[in-house]
Amino acid sequence: MKLDVNRQVRELDVEPDMPLLWALRDELDVKGPKFGCGVAQCGACTVLLNGEPVRSCSYPVSAAQGQKVVTIEGLAQKDKLHPVQQAWIDHQVPQCGYCQGGQILVAVALLKKKPKPTDQDIDAAMGNICRCGTYARIRTAIHAVAKKGVRA
Amino acid sequence: MTHLDTTTGLARRDFLKVSATTAAGMSLGFFWPTQGSAAETPKLNAWIEIQPDETVIIRYARAEMGQGSRTSAPMLVADELEADWKKVRIEYATAHENLRTKRAYGDMAAVGSRTIRNSQEYLRKAGATAREMLIAAAAAEWGVPASECTAALGKVHHAASKRSLSYGKLAAAAAKMEAPKEVKLKDPKDWKIIGKPLPRVDIPDIVTGKIRYGIDAQVPGMLYAAVAACPVFNGKVKTMDASKVENRRGIVKVLNLGEFVAVVANNWWRAKEALREVAIDWETGDNGQLSSAAIMNSFKAGMGQAELAVARDDGNTAQALGTAAKVVEAEYFTPYLAHATMEPMVCTAWLQGDKLDVWTSTQNPEATLAVSAATAGVAQDKVTVHPMQLGGGLGRKSPQDFTRQGVMIAKAMAGTPVKMVWSREEDIQHDLYRPASLVRFKGGMDNDGKVQALHIRVSAPSILATLLRLPLPKGVDGQAVASFNDHPYDIPNSLVDYAQRNTNVPVGFWRTVGHSQNPYMRECFIDEMALAAGKDPLAFRLANLGQKSPRDVAILQAVAKAADWGGPLPKGVFRGIAETEGYGSYTACVCEVSVSDKGEVKIHRVVIGIDPGYAVNPDNIDAQLQGSVVHGLSAIFWGEMTVKDGRIEQSNFHDYRLMRLNEMPVVKTVIAPTGGFWGGVGEPTQAPLAPALCNAIAAASGKRVRSLPLKNHGLSLKA
Repeated sequence: MKLDVNRQVRELDVEPDMPLLWALRDELDVKGPKFGCGVAQCGACTVLLNGEPVRSCSYPVSAAQGQKVVTIEGLAQKDKLHPVQQAWIDHQVPQCGYCQGGQILVAVALLKKKPKPTDQDIDAAMGNICRCGTYARIRTAIHAVAKKGVRA
Repeated sequence: MTHLDTTTGLARRDFLKVSATTAAGMSLGFFWPTQGSAAETPKLNAWIEIQPDETVIIRYARAEMGQGSRTSAPMLVADELEADWKKVRIEYATAHENLRTKRAYGDMAAVGSRTIRNSQEYLRKAGATAREMLIAAAAAEWGVPASECTAALGKVHHAASKRSLSYGKLAAAAAKMEAPKEVKLKDPKDWKIIGKPLPRVDIPDIVTGKIRYGIDAQVPGMLYAAVAACPVFNGKVKTMDASKVENRRGIVKVLNLGEFVAVVANNWWRAKEALREVAIDWETGDNGQLSSAAIMNSFKAGMGQAELAVARDDGNTAQALGTAAKVVEAEYFTPYLAHATMEPMVCTAWLQGDKLDVWTSTQNPEATLAVSAATAGVAQDKVTVHPMQLGGGLGRKSPQDFTRQGVMIAKAMAGTPVKMVWSREEDIQHDLYRPASLVRFKGGMDNDGKVQALHIRVSAPSILATLLRLPLPKGVDGQAVASFNDHPYDIPNSLVDYAQRNTNVPVGFWRTVGHSQNPYMRECFIDEMALAAGKDPLAFRLANLGQKSPRDVAILQAVAKAADWGGPLPKGVFRGIAETEGYGSYTACVCEVSVSDKGEVKIHRVVIGIDPGYAVNPDNIDAQLQGSVVHGLSAIFWGEMTVKDGRIEQSNFHDYRLMRLNEMPVVKTVIAPTGGFWGGVGEPTQAPLAPALCNAIAAASGKRVRSLPLKNHGLSLKA
């Protein structure tokens, strides 16, 4: 089967029901999406499918065929960071960082839909777990991107 | 040669030192490193190398798990070195290098909020020593007295002749200079890097997904393992039938390793799916009888047991309680808790002959090395532990049970690298849990609300006795009685006694450990006494702290002021306050809450403060304080591991709930360093949160909550 991962077409031979997460991590060596719970609870495995955040631990790889898969590694264009990544640095959001790839991708999708999200929009969209407790800085960083008015 | 202990990772003599000074923390010997040779990059000492292009390499010897020390600790070196921070590159020191150099890097464990406070002196000395060597090299080059030279921003200057030389040019000559025996450390007012809110060095690689955690280890030819240990604690594999899965795609081997079963496959998902269909018959003996109710009965029996260990005995508490004008009594309970680090337990190991490579997320790389060597049966100097970022540690990744499993698998698969990854269910059900604890308080006051006597009796398991197998001084586990035996109040009669009640539920260090539970109980009880005395909770505390504990008083007042304690609040909003020392720092918290008729707790604001002595990286401290609130609130509202049929009932985030962003309250942090001491930062502020919150809930609703979590009292967190 073929998979479009971070703007590259990759070939792999796996069971259709293998979760996208394990196809990415163990077959294609794409390690940005993390394993957290395996049951779509925590969001550490989040990737974008055609721009929509998906919990890849519970999404069959076969269903991702024909869609554009973007992981945290594929967010920056060449060496230019995505504005959300830059905001995450500017506001020193991550602590351990394990969930942050997923958090950033969810924020990217939110800002694409709502370039000026309210606190309620952020509450509704940002459902991934961060055990370190970076939530306040995540909120600040999202508002900062919105305020700059950069097309996310 | 140096030999590391498998339980602690410490060399034997350090281990003994730790045993003797558990409470005070140990001061490490200052191991002086080998001189650099001209052939390699000039190495001024174990911590510092300077390259000709002016890059300053500073070694960091502990783990990074989000606490930020990989940035803060090198700041201490760089400040004394007078380095240009922009030229600094931080590299990990490794456990095998530490072993080879007879522990030139000292203790490598990132535990107990002690990375900064326990290494600050030798790190600053390493920087200052190298600086003096660079100055000596410049002075020799110029033929002037070293005393006429100064160092700043990576250069040595001679003001009189207006000459300067960069560190990159001086390093080779400096490395040959004799290291001064004594160096004078800077006055804190002269610090240029320490105290600045500097960006963390690992964040750029985090936001691009480049950083590698233990779970991301990638070795050519690597296989993957999923494991299952007996869900009943202390159970073992009786029989195993893997015939159903052995011929499945990708399955390489199914291993019965006695204590657990491992499925080895060419993809972790394949291993995990197959594991579910391996028929395992567990030998549980009578271990399957244990329940939460049985554990509570054991704790209650501890309350009445004849022989108790005495942790503190000032004056004559029994007599003073008998004559007190007013006596208050209460019993509190805190439950077992799981760590649930976002990254579960992992270990990649590769045994090639007598050589072993290990990649894991460990808070204690030396213990990892020692356990790996012992498990594989190879010499310690044949083991390489590769440093990886940790996806959270929280104390869980200090004990090495998972490393042992990973190396057992590698040994069974000798020659092939295997990455073991625990499922979340395995992680929740095979944790080393924050101990549950039952505590009884009896306080006696005079008619003015001055506490005359306080008796605290603790019935709880001992981490130190069961996990570390340390001898307990006078039978007291310092974690079980923390913040009781050293309570700061000026009370003439204090008795703290302890019944050690161990169960099959394994216990371990969980972020803030004893300080995550005892200050909750102590500071709530203080409020109960304040209420009985008819006093304001802040005034009651200040009156009873007296002159004895000025740092406790200072942080309490600083946080009370920041929270406008006593000032007006919207209708229905109430405050609660608490303070405590922990990990060498002083902390206080004020929570503002309202409680609806339905028991919904709205947290309007948390004001939380710390006096860590010195604030090395204030922005990181702010992050740690915010994080401690989130970690604390998850536990306070929902955290509880219950035991049924000898096993933990919870299994994943659906029944071990963690807080999410929409539930995050407004947090105002107060960083108030007063100097003169070095305290920890990662753990302490979780301590005053629970009591401040529960005191606020009591003020708002009249309901005194004497056990956690709050969900068991019909209380919920309103987003």
